[in-house]
Amino acid sequence: MPPAPYAYRQLDDPRLEAKAEALMETLRCLRCQSQSIADSDAPIAGDMRNQVRLRIAAGEDPEAIRAWLIQRYGDYVSYRPRLTRLTWPLFAAPLVLLALAALLLRRRFRKGDAA
Amino acid sequence: MIAEFGLAALWLAAALTALQLLAGSLGLSARGAVLGGVVRPVAVVQGALALLAFLSLMALFATTDLSVKLVAENSHSAKPLIYKLAGTWGNHEGSMLLWVTVMGVAGAFVALVERRLPEPTMLATLAGQAFVSLGFYAFLLLASNPFERLSPAPAEGHGLNPLLQDPGLAFHPPTLYLGYVGLSVAFSFAVGALVTREVGPAFARTMRPWVLGAWLLLTLGITAGSYWAYYDLGWGGWWFWDPVENASLMPWLAATALLHSAGVLASRNALRAWTVMLGVIAFSMSMVGTFLVRSGILTSVHAFAIDPLRGTFILGLLAIDIGGALLLFGLRAGTVTEGKRFAVVSRESALVFNNVMLTSILGIVLVGTLYPLLTEAFGEKVSVGPPYFDPMAALFAIPMLIVVAIGPLLRWRRDRFGRIGARLIAPALLALGTGLVLALTTYIALLPLLGLAMAPAVAVASVLPLLGRELRRTPLPVWGMVVAHFGLAVALFGMACDSAFTQERLLAARVGDTVAVGPWRVLLAGVAPVAGPNWTALQAEMQARYNNGGTVVLHPQSRTFWAPPQTTSVSALRTRWNGQLYVVLGEETEDGRWQLRLWWKPFVTMIWGGGVLVALGGFLALIGRVASDLRRIVARDKIAYRRGRQGR
Repeated sequence: MPPAPYAYRQLDDPRLEAKAEALMETLRCLRCQSQSIADSDAPIAGDMRNQVRLRIAAGEDPEAIRAWLIQRYGDYVSYRPRLTRLTWPLFAAPLVLLALAALLLRRRFRKGDAA
Repeated sequence: MIAEFGLAALWLAAALTALQLLAGSLGLSARGAVLGGVVRPVAVVQGALALLAFLSLMALFATTDLSVKLVAENSHSAKPLIYKLAGTWGNHEGSMLLWVTVMGVAGAFVALVERRLPEPTMLATLAGQAFVSLGFYAFLLLASNPFERLSPAPAEGHGLNPLLQDPGLAFHPPTLYLGYVGLSVAFSFAVGALVTREVGPAFARTMRPWVLGAWLLLTLGITAGSYWAYYDLGWGGWWFWDPVENASLMPWLAATALLHSAGVLASRNALRAWTVMLGVIAFSMSMVGTFLVRSGILTSVHAFAIDPLRGTFILGLLAIDIGGALLLFGLRAGTVTEGKRFAVVSRESALVFNNVMLTSILGIVLVGTLYPLLTEAFGEKVSVGPPYFDPMAALFAIPMLIVVAIGPLLRWRRDRFGRIGARLIAPALLALGTGLVLALTTYIALLPLLGLAMAPAVAVASVLPLLGRELRRTPLPVWGMVVAHFGLAVALFGMACDSAFTQERLLAARVGDTVAVGPWRVLLAGVAPVAGPNWTALQAEMQARYNNGGTVVLHPQSRTFWAPPQTTSVSALRTRWNGQLYVVLGEETEDGRWQLRLWWKPFVTMIWGGGVLVALGGFLALIGRVASDLRRIVARDKIAYRRGRQGR
């Protein structure tokens, strides 16, 4: 079977193409080790690029397309983790690190002032 | 015969490592002091034997001895010699053998030349090195024997993954491994210093060249790996936040922090506990990286469960080595004081701040890399990619870059912003101006915009420490710092430009069609078959013109290897001072057109140019440090000589 029409072809409207491109870069190729569908030669990535471009051209919202793909393939397909019961620590991590960093720096500099 | 010789050398090396550990540990006590004398010679012989084992494996690969299982599975008689040799470390067993070899040779080198530290600390250090090595020897000999025979020998080998048959990649893994293992020396020094409670400037000075060397090799390795991914994968991406990449980035981040805090310890006798801690963390990250890459856990938690022996083994080593070192740290941390104090506004503070930022970025990368493994264990697969890593890392990287600009201008111990304020006006205005102009006139995403605004400012600020100095008499390490920080700004500029200004064209073209991408006009002149030593290819001839300049010819290929059979696209690049034209030939469509991918990437080469500059900075600092160490040794010997003559 030949690859889908928009697998290796850009949308004519550069604004829409940029939108599609931004979305494709955050979607995971399901067959590769660690590549987005925007940079993979796998046939499934081509099909997904085609889908994304067609839907963007039809005026769909990028996040709606992402939601549709997640529904179809699971959370694995999106490189942007959703905030769920299972993933909240991922988003708490930077806050914890910021707090730790602040604590560490404060302690150091208090000691420093005493000198 | 060679295989058996190599295996024997390996067993012998392992036995000597056990002896090194035993003698080193016992040599610390008063009663075992006599044993201390054998530690250095044993370390040297151990290193030599490991090297012999590795050279044996290389010889087996060079002659394609198919009766050795590893060679049969990873090599092929038709491969060019360089890839046969590179095949030695292009597989699990060989790369682990390289690991212990480098560790052994590094240990031997330390044992031969290092005389600055008190002998007990040296014994503890070499014992620590032996402890870590012994685990890896056990792993090799019990779970990944590289010299295993195959009977009957097959007629031909399986070959090497064509993606790996690339000169850049042939030398990328050994560079990284040298870096990882260099950090093992820092780790051992940290353990040795903790054991004997000798954490001070002498310890930092002894450790620093090793950290510098390891760090500059890691920098080069990561830079080369990124460039390899860029041109070999054929889609123009240069960093994917792939777990394998993260595995090399994490030790680099830790080593960068360690390098700076060892500097503070060496010259100011401050940050003692912090430096030791980072010494432990840096090598721990190398081991975590090795575990991630070598256990197969990355493909899937389930792949790991199918053949759990190796993964469990490395995990066990990880737990014992890191856990042991952290336990030691916990026990001794109370007795290691932080050392000299300093004010909030001081060079030390800036370095502490950036240490904390680097460690936080390390935390983000670690959490983001390991989290998918965790959720998969709970039965749910999630992906963590650039949309997570980019902003989260930037959160800490942006304040860090500001401090990189300011810190080197500050004085040690205590300073005032008022004193350096005047010098910072120019870079600050430059950043604000660039940012405002770009924000108002273009549509660029926030992160590339910030990068474009900050890069020139950091570049200008990075050379400010040279102001008012006599350049010829400026010490090499200062030059090193300036070059490395400047390189950081250059790399940042390249990254931001690539994100902000890349032009892309994907299309199917007929022979004779002309495609415009950015300032280039590219004509597809023809497609013809060509053949190489172990592949055949379809090769396009593309004639490209920049604006209305002369024609340059590019030859992208769609290459088919026959051992193992696999098709890859080989991109063609045209580099100009202001960017790269990147073309890829894809498949033929049904109506006889060719899939083409073209990019114009302004200033993209600065990413790797910056990386090389950063490494060069490390190299200058390393030369400077080693030279002054040598001078000190020579001076000391002279004084001792004179005293000897006066005494007579």
